[in-house]
Amino acid sequence: MEVVISTDKLTKKFGDFVATNEITFEVAKGEIFGFLGANGAGKTTAMRMLCGLLKPSYGSASVAGFDIEKQTEQVKQNIGYMSQKFSLYEDLTVKENFRFYGGVYKLKRQVIDQRLNEMLGNLGMLNVENSLVASLPLGWKQKLAFSLAMLHRPKIVFLDEPTGGVDPITRRQFWDLIYEAAHNGVTIFVTTHYMDEAEYCDRVSIMVDGVIKALDTPENLRKQFETDSMDGVFQLLARGTSTK
Amino acid sequence: MSALPYIIRKEFQQIFRNKVMLPLLFVMPVVQLVVLSFAADFEFKNLNVSVVDHDKSTASRLLISQFSSSGYFKTEQFFNSSQQALVEVEKGNTDMILVVPKDFEKDRKTAKPTQVQLLINAVNNQKAGIASNYAQQVLNIYNKRNMPQFASSTNAVMPLQVTFSEGYWYNPTLDYKTFMVPGILAVLVTMLTAFLSSINIIREKELGTIEQLNVTPISKFEFIVGKQVPFFIIGMFILGIGLTLARLIFGIHIIGSPVLLFAYCAIYVVAILGLGMLVSTLTETQQQAMFVTWFFMVVFILLSGLFTPIDSIPLWAKAINVANPMKYFVEVMRMVMLKGSGFSAISTHFGVMALFAVAFNSLAVLSYKKTN
Repeated sequence: MEVVISTDKLTKKFGDFVATNEITFEVAKGEIFGFLGANGAGKTTAMRMLCGLLKPSYGSASVAGFDIEKQTEQVKQNIGYMSQKFSLYEDLTVKENFRFYGGVYKLKRQVIDQRLNEMLGNLGMLNVENSLVASLPLGWKQKLAFSLAMLHRPKIVFLDEPTGGVDPITRRQFWDLIYEAAHNGVTIFVTTHYMDEAEYCDRVSIMVDGVIKALDTPENLRKQFETDSMDGVFQLLARGTSTK
Repeated sequence: MSALPYIIRKEFQQIFRNKVMLPLLFVMPVVQLVVLSFAADFEFKNLNVSVVDHDKSTASRLLISQFSSSGYFKTEQFFNSSQQALVEVEKGNTDMILVVPKDFEKDRKTAKPTQVQLLINAVNNQKAGIASNYAQQVLNIYNKRNMPQFASSTNAVMPLQVTFSEGYWYNPTLDYKTFMVPGILAVLVTMLTAFLSSINIIREKELGTIEQLNVTPISKFEFIVGKQVPFFIIGMFILGIGLTLARLIFGIHIIGSPVLLFAYCAIYVVAILGLGMLVSTLTETQQQAMFVTWFFMVVFILLSGLFTPIDSIPLWAKAINVANPMKYFVEVMRMVMLKGSGFSAISTHFGVMALFAVAFNSLAVLSYKKTN
């Protein structure tokens, strides 16, 4: 098994507040790794460190074989990222967005256009190529944002609550995209608040107050916490902290 | 292969798609240049003069008509005492009071020194200073014209007089517009480029797109330069429009080398864009960026020498002004446009501006952090 993400006591402090407290875990190539936790549990902070957007206070991590602190730019060449905040340019067309980001990754024009065609074809959205992003429904934008994050064929894709505010059918389609990518060997690192989505993951970690409280396959977690759903697992762990 | 062309293309696409900003970019310079240049005129006409004539003689009436025929003064209000006239000053109806003393004519005929009194409303001290100046000129003319009369009547010998024969270089007719247009153009170029660049990166911050960019391997240099090139082109374009308008509307020709002017403007715009980018990287919202930029603009403009001669400002203000890029640009605009200065005359200006450009841009690149 090839390890593509590994962290060692990765920690981020903001003043006295410890957002991420010595988390240590590994993610294998092609895995769909679910990163769960309540709001403010430290998921986004951890993810931002792994993407090279935040410097760790201490501890270390490597992504795609590169150190996140010393080889930040190499890490960035190998990852895709879809943030919570929607990040396509609304005032550009779909094609213009793809050409721009493709250019930033130094892809050739023909390569960009070819991949864009392929991706839009798969999504059944070839007709929106020249539409302004602002004119598209949210679900479509989310699928486009995912495609954009995959444009430069990254080894790992980080998805920060990618399906927030999206209807159930589009969510299902979105997960089809994730499965397909994972099938092609791309590692998926995804945060979510939807427990049904957690069931789709190969392995799930649950963060509580900056610490990873549980990490295993959904099946094993259900057994461990003697409940029949991931929702139950989550409730048990989250309640544990509120009574602390 | 560089990402630069892609970044530049994207910025232009966004600029040209902005239905509010784009027209503004072209309309604003035209309107401001035309309106401001006519409005920022220090000439005063039709100053209201209240007359208190205690003499009521031929000589006094001659003096008063001298005022009204000068074109600068309107002498329509007459009062019997200064007190009455002062009421009008308080109401704001009159700009100054001319008091002609009793025996004015008699004194002049007997060649006794005599005085008339001018009471000037100095709420606007600039206007008051100019009014006093005009009045002095009117009096001089009056003295000159009426000199021979009494000189012959008293058989006095004309005193030998030394007078100035004035010639105004670079602006022969002392036209305010000739003086103001290059300066206002400098301000326009500065404002547009400073505001556009300072809100640009902020916009990406507010929309969240900057985060998407920060996870790409884009280099800081590519990012900053890619953001600046479109605004640089816009800045130069506005200078071009402005110079054309200056020629067509105000008949101001560039006496010096246009190439030199554009070259200086190029370095200047790079410096201002660097400052804008710096503001943009250090602030969090468009509102903050606008306020910070306004602060700089107001200080820059008031100390630039555009409206007031900077030779007369206090020493401490002069010390601050060394760091005012706009001051150098206004100077260069006037020197090259009106005086025809060559490179050797403004080489120091070039050096200083190059320093600004390097300093502001280095700081901008340094303060833009992809990783926090």
